[in-house]
Amino acid sequence: MELTFIDIIRRALDEEMDRDAAIYLLGEDVAAGGAFGVTKGLVDKHGTNRVKNTPISEAAITGMATGAALCGLRPVLEIMFIDFATLAMDCLVNQAAKYRYMSGGQLSVPMVVRTQVGAAGGAAAQHSQSLESWFIHVPGLIVVAPSSPVEAYGLLKSAIRLSDPVLFIEHKRLYAMKEDLPEGAGPLPIGQARVARAGKDVTIIVYSAMVRTALAAADNLAKEGISCEVIDLRTLVPLDIETLLKSVTKTRRVVIAHEAVEVGGVGAEIAARLGSLAFEELDAPIVRVGCPFAPIPFAPELEKALLPGSREIEKAVRELIA
Amino acid sequence: MSANVSSNLAAMLKIRRFEEQCIAMARAGKLPGHYHVYIGQEATAVAACAALKPEDFLFSTWRNHGHLLARGASPGKMLAEILGRSGGYAGGKSGTLHLSANDLGMPTTSALVGGSLPLATGAALACKRQGKGIAVAFFGDAGLEEGAFYESMIIAQVWQVPILFVCENNSIPPKDRKRGQYTSSTLPAQRLGDVTQSLQIPSEAVDGTDLTAMEECFKRLTAEVRNGGGPRFVEVCCSRWPGNIMTWPELPGGDWQIDWAFGGKPDVDAMVAWLSSDPLSLYLKKQLAAGALDRTQIEAIDAAVKKEMTGAAQFALDSAFPEASEAYRHVFAAQESAL
Repeated sequence: MELTFIDIIRRALDEEMDRDAAIYLLGEDVAAGGAFGVTKGLVDKHGTNRVKNTPISEAAITGMATGAALCGLRPVLEIMFIDFATLAMDCLVNQAAKYRYMSGGQLSVPMVVRTQVGAAGGAAAQHSQSLESWFIHVPGLIVVAPSSPVEAYGLLKSAIRLSDPVLFIEHKRLYAMKEDLPEGAGPLPIGQARVARAGKDVTIIVYSAMVRTALAAADNLAKEGISCEVIDLRTLVPLDIETLLKSVTKTRRVVIAHEAVEVGGVGAEIAARLGSLAFEELDAPIVRVGCPFAPIPFAPELEKALLPGSREIEKAVRELIA
Repeated sequence: MSANVSSNLAAMLKIRRFEEQCIAMARAGKLPGHYHVYIGQEATAVAACAALKPEDFLFSTWRNHGHLLARGASPGKMLAEILGRSGGYAGGKSGTLHLSANDLGMPTTSALVGGSLPLATGAALACKRQGKGIAVAFFGDAGLEEGAFYESMIIAQVWQVPILFVCENNSIPPKDRKRGQYTSSTLPAQRLGDVTQSLQIPSEAVDGTDLTAMEECFKRLTAEVRNGGGPRFVEVCCSRWPGNIMTWPELPGGDWQIDWAFGGKPDVDAMVAWLSSDPLSLYLKKQLAAGALDRTQIEAIDAAVKKEMTGAAQFALDSAFPEASEAYRHVFAAQESAL
């Protein structure tokens, strides 16, 4: 049976909660399902003690999840929009990310912060951002960005089972995407990229919703005789540099694409690493595709004008091949 | 001398002599970084910890030495940590600012103003879910200047989690501040407890120089919290010790002297004035007046404490500096290798 991204996340949460009584959900309106209905109905099965609505207090609920994680529980916190993670930054950056380290390994913070990113039409500048690059800069945080329902199922299960704080980034535009959940699907490895499409001419490195976009671009380019290898990073931290190097050695050309602003984005870090580790393997400079340096505007026509899509990826690939 | 009197005295002296040791280490150039001491607030930690059980969780701040010692932490391992040595509680990675002892129910201390309040509230939620223990959050009056304070109070009250908020108000009243001296509280409320009272959290104030009053207060409040009464807030009114200089404490008048409880005086006026609000001196005088102990007994306890601190200092100094490779460890639980 086909399930949407939302249904599949809910299923993963439900199954993990069945497996381990220490797991509980908290966040704004999570008992009612949250802003997108991801947690809908879980309170009926697991009760208000395990599916807890919080006040609109991102700083405190993130701190509470961290404190509870230090003291025996395994919280899964929902920050409704990644834009609101700004209010939780002290706890995420200064506290949750560092307690294992500062305690010399005595502590662990088994906490997942689910949040969502991206522009999906008319949400404007404070509800549409892709801020993931801020978090890859902080040692101690795992950053996961699944690209499809089935991927999200396995990666969320793994994230919940880790003993580290995880930022689990869902993309608004993926929420309605449907896939069959294969029989026997289980946790997926954290820190292993996935070759979403094999190819030989150009490597396109992507994550989250941009994987689907890159696969569409690769389809179009194939018609022109250009063979693209699409790599889904799955996790931004840890970054599977080995898989990237393997692909680059084969294709010798790289495009890195993300919806986030290009300046200071995840692509900058990957380009720098590949540039220093695989300089001799590259036939051309690494090309980045990302949002121009502007906030996301409200008007759908303006939003569309900014967001990088299949066309921008195709253009970048053609220029590399030319 | 009752066992309670002698253990109270030993516990307070232990903190004071430990802090004096820290200041001596800093003067000798052995203590890297800045640090904060708990002199003048010893009675608070001693009274609060006496009311707690092993399953309870404590959260503290950068001024945490007293809380840890009162909870039973090893002075040697604490001092080694403060000196950045491998024998410290966190192998030198926390230092004084984040000093903690997880095995004593003190998972961590946040050096961010108000930073541990949400953590402690989360710990209290864990206690409630697991059906045992309570959480205690120690913080300063400046914590009330942070938004996390209000968010934590609201959730603690709405969810009725078992937590005792202990605000140690050691602020210098604005009129007494020297030029450029910054300290809290800038809160425009008559009493700190008025703030939590408005959120229906029962609150009270207690004299931080009076150990006996605090013993009663903490015993009663922790019982209320433990029995499902929800959160409680207590303002401990401390008197700021003259050596409490941000961020390099000094010892005006030198180490604290037993003789000061017997009519002797420090040679620094500010210290003479402060002794009338020193919880340790006051406790001694009160017990002496009641005939509960004599000078010989005090000297014997102090000698034992000093001996313990000398041993702690030796342990810390003998402890090796951490290997450079340790800097890369413990970033993640999942994989110890650098990413």
